[in-house]
Amino acid sequence: MQKFNTIVSSFVPIAIEDIDTDQIIPARFLKATTREGFGNNLFRDWRYDNQNNPKPDFPLNQERYSGEILVGGKNFGCGSSREHAAWAIADYGFKVVVSSFFADIFKNNALNNGLLPVQVSDAFLQKLFAASNKDTTAKVRVDLIQQEIELVETGETETFDISAYKKECLVNGFDDIDYLLNSRAEIEAFEAMRI
Amino acid sequence: MSQKTLFDKIWDAHVVKSIEGGPDVLYIDCHFIHEVTSPQAFAGLDRRGITVARPKQTVATADHNVPTLNQHLPIKDMLSRFQVDTLTENCQKHGVELYGLDHPYQGIVHVIGPELGVTQPGMTIVCGDSHTSTHGAFGNIAFGIGTSEVEMVLATQCIMQGKPKRMRINIEGELEKGVVSKDIVLYVLSKITTSGATGHFIEFAGSAIRSLSMEARMTICNMSIEMGARGGLIAPDQTTFDYIQGREFAPQGAEFDTAVERWKKLYSDEDAVFDKEYIFDAADIEPMVTYGTNPGMGIKITENVPSLQSVEPESHVSFKKSLAYMDLQPEESLLDKEVNYVFIGSCTNSRIEDLRMVADIVRGQKKADNVHAFIVPGSKQVEKQAKEEGLDVIFEAAGFELRQAGCSACLGMNDDKIPKGEYCVSTSNRNFEGRQGPGARTILASPLTAAATAIRGKITDVRELLGVVRG
Repeated sequence: MQKFNTIVSSFVPIAIEDIDTDQIIPARFLKATTREGFGNNLFRDWRYDNQNNPKPDFPLNQERYSGEILVGGKNFGCGSSREHAAWAIADYGFKVVVSSFFADIFKNNALNNGLLPVQVSDAFLQKLFAASNKDTTAKVRVDLIQQEIELVETGETETFDISAYKKECLVNGFDDIDYLLNSRAEIEAFEAMRI
Repeated sequence: MSQKTLFDKIWDAHVVKSIEGGPDVLYIDCHFIHEVTSPQAFAGLDRRGITVARPKQTVATADHNVPTLNQHLPIKDMLSRFQVDTLTENCQKHGVELYGLDHPYQGIVHVIGPELGVTQPGMTIVCGDSHTSTHGAFGNIAFGIGTSEVEMVLATQCIMQGKPKRMRINIEGELEKGVVSKDIVLYVLSKITTSGATGHFIEFAGSAIRSLSMEARMTICNMSIEMGARGGLIAPDQTTFDYIQGREFAPQGAEFDTAVERWKKLYSDEDAVFDKEYIFDAADIEPMVTYGTNPGMGIKITENVPSLQSVEPESHVSFKKSLAYMDLQPEESLLDKEVNYVFIGSCTNSRIEDLRMVADIVRGQKKADNVHAFIVPGSKQVEKQAKEEGLDVIFEAAGFELRQAGCSACLGMNDDKIPKGEYCVSTSNRNFEGRQGPGARTILASPLTAAATAIRGKITDVRELLGVVRG
């Protein structure tokens, strides 16, 4: 997994609440057996019409929006547990997703793929949307070590939560499977104790 | 003595170790896998040069992308066929039992686990599918996971997981005739929203829950994920034990009696503390339908779509987007709205009791001409039993099509899609945009409401067909 540190970037706002993983990557694109290439179909049905023409009003199709940070409305990533949603967002090129509330499974899936979910207050989220309404190149700084997010233009900051363990994983590029494989003796001892 | 919730009792008994400032390493008793969310996990094992740690605790089936017609023929869609073939190869290579399309036990993973007696009280169960919460109806901790987590469990039979908070939802009293467990869960969703239980594990309790059959309980736990919860469970009781007894992989004979003694200890202590608790009155619940594009957007069938004023200002954009997609107006009634598609199936409502409910409504009747009504049983065993009971004859006479087992039009990964712009009254669990096919408009409801709607060709209050006199 790629190591994560600090990112300063403009962001793409999608000011819709309850964005479910069926929107992020529709089920008909889940037939792949590898993890690559899902970015092409990220937000497929919001991004393209049924003739495969880009919908001009969708932020991902607007040149004025760019950057490595995706900002979504509250309850981001609800619904299906498909990790393909996190793969699609990361494959498209995003490194951070900001929302005022994340669904649990999506949050785990994102963290397991080096995609950082940053949960901010409703007020801060609205400030981000307002800032990009005013200036689509408005920048955000996300500092994982300090667990801090800043709206660069105004200097407003907020701290965000992440478990010490997950933070260390992201900073060092470790994954849970490495950890678990190193815990095999303890797992086997646990099994023996239960019999 | 400290008082524990049922959830805590099961969780704590499965913690291999706790990481400081991090998640617990949780031991998993049973891992279900299917063709869509497992291939990348197996590829991960190959990359690391390791094999499945505990193949005997892993059960596989093909359900998500499979056709529901002519399952004896090779799958026509090449991508779907490749995914199913990949599952077969991975299971052979790693010694995992597979109930594939040619096996009499094949079916939706959350239907076959309980019907085979694999699902038991007190267990930890995971699967790369969010509706794994279904199994919680038996008093276990069951939750959906992502593919990286599937790989963790395949590799080590453990998962890293932070312990969720505890919530209890009590439903007290008696349900009116025509109101069933699907209505209970849609009602609760309409009250607490799709993020109301995020970060929590729910225990469903109360007299109305106790009086439900196992299959009805599964419908409720199934949709706890729609409330944002990690999962939902119900304390096991005699109804649970009776359901499990005699099933193929359940403990047999004296072992079963020993297991029941153990299972009887699985309940929340009287003074156990929940982080959040709700109480709802069963008598307030009516047949429910959804009007929007998430399962929390539900109303009693006699109510109207909410007004814009009743929605929080910051949610106006999402609310309007949702109604525009559904082509509905604020304050509109859904009763008598013409519907051309009715889908009865999915891990929420495709079990034998669901099919019996439908049969009771449609027996001796004929579906409306405008309606395409199809029933997809949850498993080959459900299909077989339906035929043994003669339900297939009732369905055929009523103009309903009985298909073969799979997830089908719940998520439209196979050919079973609802056309763009069409309404579908569906017994499934999600009414997200495009869920049943690009542009499809899903209205979630109970099997009774779906059956009544198919007969009338428009959204119908089933109580009218049942002769319920309303005050």
